[in-house]
Amino acid sequence: MSLTDTFVRLRYRLLPDHVFGEILTKKWVDSAIPFFALVLMIAIFGPIVPRFFEFGTLSILSGELAELGLVVLGLAVVMISGGIDLSVGSTYALAVTAALYGMNVLGLSLPAGLALTLAVGAACGAVNGFLVGVLRMRAFLTTLVTLIIGRSIFDIVFPKISTDIVMNAPNSPAYDVLGMGHLAGLPVSFWGMAAIALALHVVLSRGRYGWRLLAVGGARRSAHNAGIHVRRTVFSAYVLCSVLVALGGFLFAARIGSAASDIGAGLELQALTATVLGGISLGGGRGSVAKALMGTVFVLILSSALLALAIPGPVNQLLLGLVLVAAVFLDVRWVKNRHKLLRAVYISPTFAKLPEAIPTDSGVMQPNDRLRAAEPIGLGIMDGAEDVIFDRDDNLYTGSRDGDIVRWFAPDYTRHEIFAHTGGAPQGMTFDAEGNMAVCVGGMGLYQVTPGGEVRLLTAETNRSWTSVADDSVMKLADDCDILPDGRIIFSEATVRFEMHDWYADALESRGNGRLIIYDPRTKATCTVLGDLVFPNGVCTSYDGVSVLFAESWGCRINRYYYAGPKKGRMERVIEGLPGYPDNINRASDGNYWLALMGARTPALDLALEMPGFRRRMARRVSQDAWLMPNLNTGCVLKFNEQGEILESYWDLGGTRHPMITSMREHRGALYLCGIFNNRMGRLALPQADQSWCGVDTYWGAK
Amino acid sequence: MAGDTPQPTGSGRRVKITQESVVTAIAALLFVVFSIFLNNFLTQGNILALLKNVAILGTLATGMGFIVVGRGIDLTMVAVMVVGVAFAIWLTTLGQGFFGAIVIGGGLVTACGLVTGLLIAVAEIPPIFATLAMASVIYGGGRVAFSSDVLYAPANVAWLSFIGSGTFLGLPASVAIFLALAALVAAFLRLTRFGRFVYATGDNPHAARTMGLPTRPVLVAQYIVAALIAYLAGILLTGLVSSINTRLYNSTLIYDVLLVVVLGGISLSGGQGGVRNVLVGTVLVGILINGMTILNFSYTSQNLIKSVILLAALALDAAINPRDEQTSQSGDI
Repeated sequence: MSLTDTFVRLRYRLLPDHVFGEILTKKWVDSAIPFFALVLMIAIFGPIVPRFFEFGTLSILSGELAELGLVVLGLAVVMISGGIDLSVGSTYALAVTAALYGMNVLGLSLPAGLALTLAVGAACGAVNGFLVGVLRMRAFLTTLVTLIIGRSIFDIVFPKISTDIVMNAPNSPAYDVLGMGHLAGLPVSFWGMAAIALALHVVLSRGRYGWRLLAVGGARRSAHNAGIHVRRTVFSAYVLCSVLVALGGFLFAARIGSAASDIGAGLELQALTATVLGGISLGGGRGSVAKALMGTVFVLILSSALLALAIPGPVNQLLLGLVLVAAVFLDVRWVKNRHKLLRAVYISPTFAKLPEAIPTDSGVMQPNDRLRAAEPIGLGIMDGAEDVIFDRDDNLYTGSRDGDIVRWFAPDYTRHEIFAHTGGAPQGMTFDAEGNMAVCVGGMGLYQVTPGGEVRLLTAETNRSWTSVADDSVMKLADDCDILPDGRIIFSEATVRFEMHDWYADALESRGNGRLIIYDPRTKATCTVLGDLVFPNGVCTSYDGVSVLFAESWGCRINRYYYAGPKKGRMERVIEGLPGYPDNINRASDGNYWLALMGARTPALDLALEMPGFRRRMARRVSQDAWLMPNLNTGCVLKFNEQGEILESYWDLGGTRHPMITSMREHRGALYLCGIFNNRMGRLALPQADQSWCGVDTYWGAK
Repeated sequence: MAGDTPQPTGSGRRVKITQESVVTAIAALLFVVFSIFLNNFLTQGNILALLKNVAILGTLATGMGFIVVGRGIDLTMVAVMVVGVAFAIWLTTLGQGFFGAIVIGGGLVTACGLVTGLLIAVAEIPPIFATLAMASVIYGGGRVAFSSDVLYAPANVAWLSFIGSGTFLGLPASVAIFLALAALVAAFLRLTRFGRFVYATGDNPHAARTMGLPTRPVLVAQYIVAALIAYLAGILLTGLVSSINTRLYNSTLIYDVLLVVVLGGISLSGGQGGVRNVLVGTVLVGILINGMTILNFSYTSQNLIKSVILLAALALDAAINPRDEQTSQSGDI
């Protein structure tokens, strides 16, 4: 290996750039930008503003945070549901008026005053909810008008009672505690807001109501089709919003004890800036409590910093407007382009130099036309048969692209029926001692099909590895399985980074994205036993009773994994430098193994594998249909022994009948060939083979 | 548009009740009722005042209608109006000639419209949001520059006083200018290719874009035109009262303008209506405001009544022209 190669290899080993793509798929990335903006903000204004970091300042700020926070949370609820509520400013003003009137003038107790205030809020919310939710009016304009209406009512009512408010004092000690009291150095109102925020967080992220809200905001029509009462949900969002706003107003009334005629004016713009800055998207379906609170803190710090710096009001307004425009701009762009960015960085090829291929111009690997003699089965009917297997009664089973497992009846395999429907993409199949079929279903996991055709989930989840950024506990592409003599099922998962139909992207990466997993039916435990495999594909138990053989497709090699014995847990190389991409491995009647090569290696792709930068540029700049891909037009079947020596090979060089081969199975003196892209299956007679050999019988013993 | 639209045939043709005709009828009714029951309504002085008020409102509404036809909305109009004119007047205090100052102010206003248009067309920020925020930015910027709220126009500028008190063919000059503008915009919308583009963009922006119409330049141009119309309204206002009060931004004038447009029958879903709708809406709202003023309603209760009417008009619009889920954009709330 040259020095450059070593350098490139080290660079891709030390700088795992696939992590960036996986971070971008995380939901919390949405919050990362606002979070960094907030940190930057504190870093800038902290030193400028006098006494910023002192506890007293923070304590006062947290009191204001409680009030603004509740308003922002309310607005966030409405925005998540796909609407907007600009009337929060006047709702707030009306709530403060109601609270002051109730507590000061009427002398109500705390619960009664609170109930009055919240009722005023709920009434405001009900109006908005009715107009926007039920009548389906435009949220923005409608609430802008209700903002004016609310403000007009306030302007009419407030002057009439303002004197009474000032002349009387509240008559409730609990109310005073709410306004003035401190707990652990922070205002009581702050703790109240924190409790509500926590409860709202649980509801939004885990509760049924929160999920419905997100669904309605994300896709109104789909939510309706899914049976969600959309109008009622939107209505409730506005009511909930206004109740939260009213609660904020109540806290304000308790803290200040009076109100000016401009109370709540401009609050809607402040709250809107906070939500958008926090990353709650206009248009709905995205948002969380944490985002709302981050935005609140941002706006609060910005406005109090501007206040502390004695910046005049108009400039303040100008700055807030600019921040709002910038935040909306970023939000719109982010929502629109996030998936493009993800596409650009997700595919991250790595250095994967393949060893020199075993020569095919002479020797056992020399191409021939022996597969041409294969007689077709299911010509034109078969579609997407990845693997083939026989039961003890000689019936033949294949998967199909529709997610079915099809049974072809012995002896001539002309009649067929749908044996079971899995719903995914059935891949490798195997039978256990009782005649149950274990099948790897791409996109779903490992399933069992009983002789009666009943489909049961065995496992769809394995242990999550500590170092993986993406959640690798789910199974994206379970590929082939075999059953160990003790009944445990070992299966390969080809890749954890791509869905099945993106297999060529995984080939382009050629990283160890796959793994071997063992499922134990007795304990129902699933455990990853071997990771970092390059598209692990076929799995076959060895005759030695302590190991399994498995293929790594894009690595062009066959390995042996010891599940028992002195070498337990270790992996050995069996064959290296195959001239094509190995797929399934199955037992042959003579004590050797059959191996399918789904396609042959090409010099161009082999060279590209040593140039990760080139492949990444290709993935970004060239459309997918022009990418370099593994050639799947010339496959073959070969036979190898326990030591890894290749004994013979069967080709169909022109690709007239079996261009690609993903699996083959020997049964009673014939070899049956499958290719997932082929329109048929082939039956090739093997005159020298044991004419009575049946795989299930020899493995589990005849019945 | 070259082919003739087939005329409906057969006897089943009925008189279609349009929002426009209903509004015209209501306006006429209101006019009659006010004339009979309000003492000071049908006096020459009041009708003149009504017409002059209507000129400002109508000019702004023409600009707004022009935007709404293209499925947009422009809440910056009042801010542009006050800041643009105040800027021009402020320039005259620095020694600039009045006409030159008006031209420079026009440049500033064009820039404002350009920025708003770019935010909407290129940055794809929902128009209502972009203009709401831009209004705050423009007004904030203006307040930073001018120390006082009210700026007085220089005296003895002949054409400005002509706008305020002159007459043209028996009409007050301001009303004549408004009508001329309305005619110009109507001709523009109905007769020019650009006008067709505006309707097409408003009807279905995606389809218009797919067809190859220059939707982005059309949008930007629309907001620039709206800003210039707002500026013209500001000049008319200055001519009428010889000063500009920047605090007008804080009033509900922009909602009166919206009320005119929506009440007149230009749907917020775009692609429908025209200048005629603006005219009938203007007349109705003008009469309403004038009547309420004579009835001595307080400013606040006038706001309340107008807002409730606007809400009702919006509800009616939502019922008549429900939003099309296929063509509405994400974030179009």
